[in-house]
Amino acid sequence: MFPNGKDISGCAISGIMSGDRTPIGGERVIRSIAVMHDRSNGLGGGFAAYGIYPEHGDQYAVHLMCDDGAAKKAAEDVILARSHLFHDEPIPTRPVRVIRHRPLLHRYFIRIKDEELATNYDMTEDDLVVSLVMEINSHVDGAFVFSSGKDMGVFKGVGYPEDIGEFFRLEEYKAHVWIAHGRFPTNTTGWWGGAHPFGLLDWAVVHNGEISSYGINRRYLANFGYHCTLRTDTEVIAYLFDLLIRKHGLPIRAACTAMAPPFWSQIERMPAEERELARALRVVYGGALLNGPFSVVVGHSKGMIALNDRIKLRPMAAAREGEMLYVASEEAAIRAVCPAPDVLWHARGGVPIIGEFGKVRGLGPRPALARMTAAS
Amino acid sequence: MRRIVAHEQYCIGCRLCEIHCLVQHSRSKKIIKAFRDERDAIVPGVQVEESGAVSFALQCRHCDEAPCIEACMTGAMHRDSQTGAVLCDQERCVGCWMCIMVCPVGAIRRGPERHVASKCDLCLGEDYPACVANCPNEAIVLEEDDG
Amino acid sequence: MSTSTEEPNQRIEPRKWLIEPDFIVERDPDRCVQCQVCVRQCANDVHEYDPETGLVSSDSSTCVGCHRCATLCPTGAISIRRSELEFRPHGNWTAQALRDIYKQAETGGVLLSGMGNDGPLPVYWDRLLLNASQVTNPSIDPLREPMELLTHLGRKPDSVRVAGNGGPVSTATELAPQLMLRVPVMFSAMSYGSISYNASMALARAAKEAGTFANSGEGGLHRDIRPHGENMIVQVASGRFGVDTEYLNLAAAVEIKIGQGAKPGIGGHLPGEKVDGAVSATRMIPEGTDALSPAPHHDIYSIEDLRQLIYAIKEATRYRKPVAVKIAAVHNVAAIASGCVRAGADIVALDGYRGGTGAAPTMIRNNVGIPIEFALAAVDSRLREEGIRNQASIVVAGGFRNSADVVKAIALGADAVYIATAALVAMGCHLCQKCYTGKCNWGIATQDPYLTRRLNPNIATRRLVNLLRGWALEMKEMMGGMGINAVESLRGNRDHLRGVGLTDRELEILEVEPAGR
Repeated sequence: MFPNGKDISGCAISGIMSGDRTPIGGERVIRSIAVMHDRSNGLGGGFAAYGIYPEHGDQYAVHLMCDDGAAKKAAEDVILARSHLFHDEPIPTRPVRVIRHRPLLHRYFIRIKDEELATNYDMTEDDLVVSLVMEINSHVDGAFVFSSGKDMGVFKGVGYPEDIGEFFRLEEYKAHVWIAHGRFPTNTTGWWGGAHPFGLLDWAVVHNGEISSYGINRRYLANFGYHCTLRTDTEVIAYLFDLLIRKHGLPIRAACTAMAPPFWSQIERMPAEERELARALRVVYGGALLNGPFSVVVGHSKGMIALNDRIKLRPMAAAREGEMLYVASEEAAIRAVCPAPDVLWHARGGVPIIGEFGKVRGLGPRPALARMTAAS
Repeated sequence: MRRIVAHEQYCIGCRLCEIHCLVQHSRSKKIIKAFRDERDAIVPGVQVEESGAVSFALQCRHCDEAPCIEACMTGAMHRDSQTGAVLCDQERCVGCWMCIMVCPVGAIRRGPERHVASKCDLCLGEDYPACVANCPNEAIVLEEDDG
Repeated sequence: MSTSTEEPNQRIEPRKWLIEPDFIVERDPDRCVQCQVCVRQCANDVHEYDPETGLVSSDSSTCVGCHRCATLCPTGAISIRRSELEFRPHGNWTAQALRDIYKQAETGGVLLSGMGNDGPLPVYWDRLLLNASQVTNPSIDPLREPMELLTHLGRKPDSVRVAGNGGPVSTATELAPQLMLRVPVMFSAMSYGSISYNASMALARAAKEAGTFANSGEGGLHRDIRPHGENMIVQVASGRFGVDTEYLNLAAAVEIKIGQGAKPGIGGHLPGEKVDGAVSATRMIPEGTDALSPAPHHDIYSIEDLRQLIYAIKEATRYRKPVAVKIAAVHNVAAIASGCVRAGADIVALDGYRGGTGAAPTMIRNNVGIPIEFALAAVDSRLREEGIRNQASIVVAGGFRNSADVVKAIALGADAVYIATAALVAMGCHLCQKCYTGKCNWGIATQDPYLTRRLNPNIATRRLVNLLRGWALEMKEMMGGMGINAVESLRGNRDHLRGVGLTDRELEILEVEPAGR
């Protein structure tokens, strides 16, 4: 029903985005996250990359990890029952001695079958993919879908991030958004599913912190059909982004306001229209409020978002060089791959850094709370 | 000057004001000793007037134009220049009771010894008058009158 | 010469020999100064002054244990103890069971009690414990950082639509009317008539000062209290006392009272002794008559009838006020609550079996209804399962004693808590449970002018505001300890609760883990 021993999410995150879609090799983000080696304890590391499957660009790339062949078969039955499979293959890896227990890792490129779409006419194809993922993760023992977006993929496991990067041969991939994570778990110590990023459709989230509101975020999401099975509070962040932005259609800044809202005392001082919106968001989305310290970097098909909790209890450095955007837990991690950025700053609590293609040049430290526009 | 004002809608007729006025003006200032030894020797300066469910505490109004000062034949009844309170000098009082006769509110009473007049002295020298400090229902309150 | 040997000609009112005193009044002779404050203050004529001997003495037989005399005694000479007439210990025939029978044998009446269930069943709040953050998550210091208790009660949509084309955005969604509370505690329904005018006034004023709301109860709203309407929730109960359009429109919200925790299934009861002129005018009933509310609303015999009434009230108030429905916590409370929400209720108020009252039959008060802890867990879970939890706020009531109870209730899923007994205690009530006699020595549950003056509304308001202030500070400390700085993150967050001394089944119903997990 609900997990015992919720995991604590720590402790190193990094993100690189190319605003003009210049492909970036995986070795850059590995170098960045490796600088923060001591923030992890070797029990979790992971990456998400966007723009890596151009030849399957229109298909959902489902990454599956399984304990054994039986679990893989059971998961495949579910996939094949509902979707048309264009291509599948084991995820390429190389031997890395320190990565001990290794689950079966496979990827499938699918589209939902027409009959499924016709029967479930009140659901979009995205909804049906979410439903497929929830089905496998909740009901197929020993199998987990850890990535389900188009032209993107999550690569994660138990090990230091640089070792995981080597294991998955990430230097062979070129992406326009990379996010990375190194973990310091205190609970589920040997489980690949617990590493970050957490992904659903195009969303991938890496998270440093602990969500003290997890208990209610989880129950709130259950109302809308999201079931938290991965025993880590980060899961709710990914699902909340999907719910608020994809399903409810909120602009990114409004969604971030719902998740890390300003204080009522600040809302009172806002101009009338902004105040009404902030108030409505807080009143309606109480179950989506994320409490507790956090730094998150969210990758998605339209760019990258970085967000801190509203009282700024975790670090987040950001930098820009031309159309390249960098965010990381430490300035050193940025300077390792970008020694001389045009501008470098530290994110403000509750104020998102929104990286969009073609608009990275406009980013920088902002005074106070920026006004929301319909475009963002 | 400070004035004691009664709010009769809150008076519960318990007479704790009378009790604490007595204690305040006793020698020991301790309630059990005062009641045991001096109960008959002191007349409290405040008295609760009662009729059915209506009651209130009444003490000297320290009138701006005090008939008792006019009527006093020895000058015992006088006004304290600093506070404006009307006080009775017990040494000078001879117990003629003219003040009692002329007081328009009946706030002066006969004292037991030497028959001197007994009335409210606003507990000058204390932080608060004893009746105000001990009313359980805030039916007597202290107000500053700048007039 | 008298001929009858069986029935006497003149009936003398028989003395009730079997009824024994509940309390013993003890007077310390070394401390008593015969000041007679106790004589003047006891409405039950326990104390008496004998001018011949100059001594005060006490007759314990009529003492109800309200402590008025002991509190006001200037020398602390009085103590009140439980009666020393001991029975042989008996697991089944307790002293209370025996006394109840003696009383009924002598009177032939229904046993009546005031206040809430005083039985020994467990208080489940005491079996739920709260979390605190350490190491992995910093606790937050409420004295130095913002800690938000602000709560909105009312119907909320699933999502917010944002409009705007390139310019500044605004809300396209219009929110249904909400009650805004600075602290998630409100004063529960206590009718004017069951409590005095001064008590009603104090509750209204304290609600305004503290930024919360007071419920008028089913006694109507006295004219002098109407200016406080912005902070009042008015009740429409089965007797419809005082209900007209002006009454509905001057308040911030309207609550339809279907039942109350103290006496589920039966209506309100105000004995005629407490219906004086002012109560009569406010309730629109004759002076001195018992005000008996009928058991059901005679126009609500099924759920669709409730929907009709809810919308009638919304029409009458032009949809500008939230409409609440108050139900008692009974066996299938989850289904009933769900029905109320779908019938249009913006707020559902659940009253558990510890809820208080001015008068209820003792047997019903002590044996009907279920604990609010389980009712709340069941209703919150059920509404979430059905996907309608956002359509109505949940307010719970029934014996909340302190801020920890409130925090636990919010963690289980409540939006806010109603307090009544706690508010009366703050004003001076000592829970002697004799409210129905109309002889409340503290001036709270009476209309006797000699007694009502004892409650100074200024003092009572101050005490109520103090209570809410103290609780709000404590709640902020507990939330900060959990690493939470907004009440939205506490609400329904059962992960911050752990159970001790609860069975597996109880833990399952509460959806709370046992301590150690």
